[in-house]
Amino acid sequence: MTNHLASDVPPAGTGDAPDVAPDQLGSKSPDLLHTVPATDRFSFTDLLIEATSDLGTRPGRLLMTLAGTILGIGALVATIGFAQTTAGQLSKQFNAFAATQIVASPAQIRNAEGNSVSTGTLPWDAVQRMERLAGIEQAALINEVPLQDGTVAAVPVNDPSAPTSAPPRIFAASAGLIDALEGTVRYGRLFDEGHDQRQDRVAVLGERLAGNLGITRVDSQPSIFINGIPYAVVGVFGDMQQRSELLDSVVISTGAARNDFNLTTPGDVQARIVIGAGPQLAAQTALALAPDAPDSVTIAAPQGRSNLAESVQSDVNLIFVILSVVVLLAGGVGIANVTMLSVMERTGEIGLRRALGATRRQIATQFVTESVILGLLGGLLGATTGVFAVIAISLSQQWTPVTHPLVAIGGALLGAVVGLAAGSFPARKATRIEPVAALRGG
Amino acid sequence: MSTPLVELRDVTRSFPGPPEVQALKGISLTVHDGDYVSIVGPSGSGKSTMLNILGLLDRPSVGEYRLAGHLTGALDEDTRAAVRAQRIGFVFQAFHLMPRRSVLENVMMPMLYSGTVRGEREDRARQALERVGLGHRIGFLPGTLSGGERQRVAVARAVVTRPSLLLADEPTGNLDAATSADVMELFEELVTDGLALIIITHDQAVARRASHRVGITDGRARTYG
Repeated sequence: MTNHLASDVPPAGTGDAPDVAPDQLGSKSPDLLHTVPATDRFSFTDLLIEATSDLGTRPGRLLMTLAGTILGIGALVATIGFAQTTAGQLSKQFNAFAATQIVASPAQIRNAEGNSVSTGTLPWDAVQRMERLAGIEQAALINEVPLQDGTVAAVPVNDPSAPTSAPPRIFAASAGLIDALEGTVRYGRLFDEGHDQRQDRVAVLGERLAGNLGITRVDSQPSIFINGIPYAVVGVFGDMQQRSELLDSVVISTGAARNDFNLTTPGDVQARIVIGAGPQLAAQTALALAPDAPDSVTIAAPQGRSNLAESVQSDVNLIFVILSVVVLLAGGVGIANVTMLSVMERTGEIGLRRALGATRRQIATQFVTESVILGLLGGLLGATTGVFAVIAISLSQQWTPVTHPLVAIGGALLGAVVGLAAGSFPARKATRIEPVAALRGG
Repeated sequence: MSTPLVELRDVTRSFPGPPEVQALKGISLTVHDGDYVSIVGPSGSGKSTMLNILGLLDRPSVGEYRLAGHLTGALDEDTRAAVRAQRIGFVFQAFHLMPRRSVLENVMMPMLYSGTVRGEREDRARQALERVGLGHRIGFLPGTLSGGERQRVAVARAVVTRPSLLLADEPTGNLDAATSADVMELFEELVTDGLALIIITHDQAVARRASHRVGITDGRARTYG
């Protein structure tokens, strides 16, 4: 049977070929539909134009429709932004000290007697090697000088009537230790690299030890006697939060310790690092100090934020995310309501479009597209609001605002998804409107 | 004899109740290109039901409807929409213009669905508006026009796709006598171009201007000429 319904092309406004109608009039009847080239069919551009033409005609309603989505997406973006911002902030506040120190030591193993022994030593140029790494701000060698049955006194006279007490600990260090440990000089000065290289007998004292020894000023050039060897006290330091035992100790230069006390190994390297560089330096330092045997070096480095900080942060985030999702759902319901209202209001238009040749699918697509555009618009405005909220609050608190760009983009797209979900039901409702009933209603 | 444009054969349209209502009872009607047919009857007689069937907005319960020789009963929804877009124009008593679109945009709208060559759409809409005497109103919103002007916009919209059948449901129902006469003259001009016009009215003066008159009473038709 010849198909006189149409030429061999789909009818206008549809992407599908029409079914062949039974044609009992044979070849005398003309074609019912004419050929429509693809370029002249209802296109995506037509759809966008139709879906957006009326958007701005009621600005008040548009704003009310968007309000829920703007609030929801804004709250979500702001929550994630605050989470990222406060993550950096909490790192600073919870771990301001712990996060800025790294210690490299020779690896230890237990011997047959159960004692810990080092498997190797660090090189004497360990400080120079470490300071080449990005993230190291100040490094220094530190090693305890064994002083078996030795004495430390502020006067050279041995007083047999004095009560016996354990001598203070002696540490040999390179210049820069106090700076690396973020200590402060109470008075006097610290020894420098020149003292170290010349093996000068100079010492700096922790402030508690200085008090015990009765040394309260250095301009009178006081000395202490370590095993009877005089050392000029050039300064007193305090504020030693990283290693408070140093407040009761004597620190002398590595060079003097090698000369006077046969110090054979440099001990550990203590370094101050920039916040956040811990994990990276933990991996790099061992290689820098012992490229042939990185396992022979133990690194104690901050691994990021503390568990407490993580826990507090995740609780706060969870609450905000839940609130945001609730607001976002309310926004979605708002769009759904307004779209449904729009469908009911525009029953006449739907009937007219159907009478003019729109298919049910075209009607549904138009309403869904309108809803998606509303959602996208709300998402864009919400994401912008959220980002600005993060910036504004961060500025007022003097924080560094941190928001990943994908959060803002994702927020806008989430708005479109909300619009899609919210518009689906009203769109389906729109397709069920019969043109006859719609047109009768006027 | 050429193939009739419209051929209704023993068409009945029932609406399930209860109580079941038979709006049309065994209607037969033949309309050729260039015919001007008026359908007259009191409210509730079945006029609008008949127009909906002729416009492929509704289907007969019994009987057959051929458009340009093709049985329409077996056409799927999308094909019926395409046939409406290409072959049928509608004019409604309530105009059904889009209030927030300009006159030109209203007239261009049917061409979105009819597959009219994209580059010609605006020109054709302007021509249609010129023809109904509204070339100077293209940028206006419908709300700023008089009733007669709005109905002329609706007529321009109905004919812009160059349909072969124009269906008008009480087109002068909201117009005064003088404006009605203007609109009827416009219809008569269109008929002389070969368009088949079926007009529903209960205005006897309007009905008498048609070349064929069909009276409907209680779902049954009677032809007067």
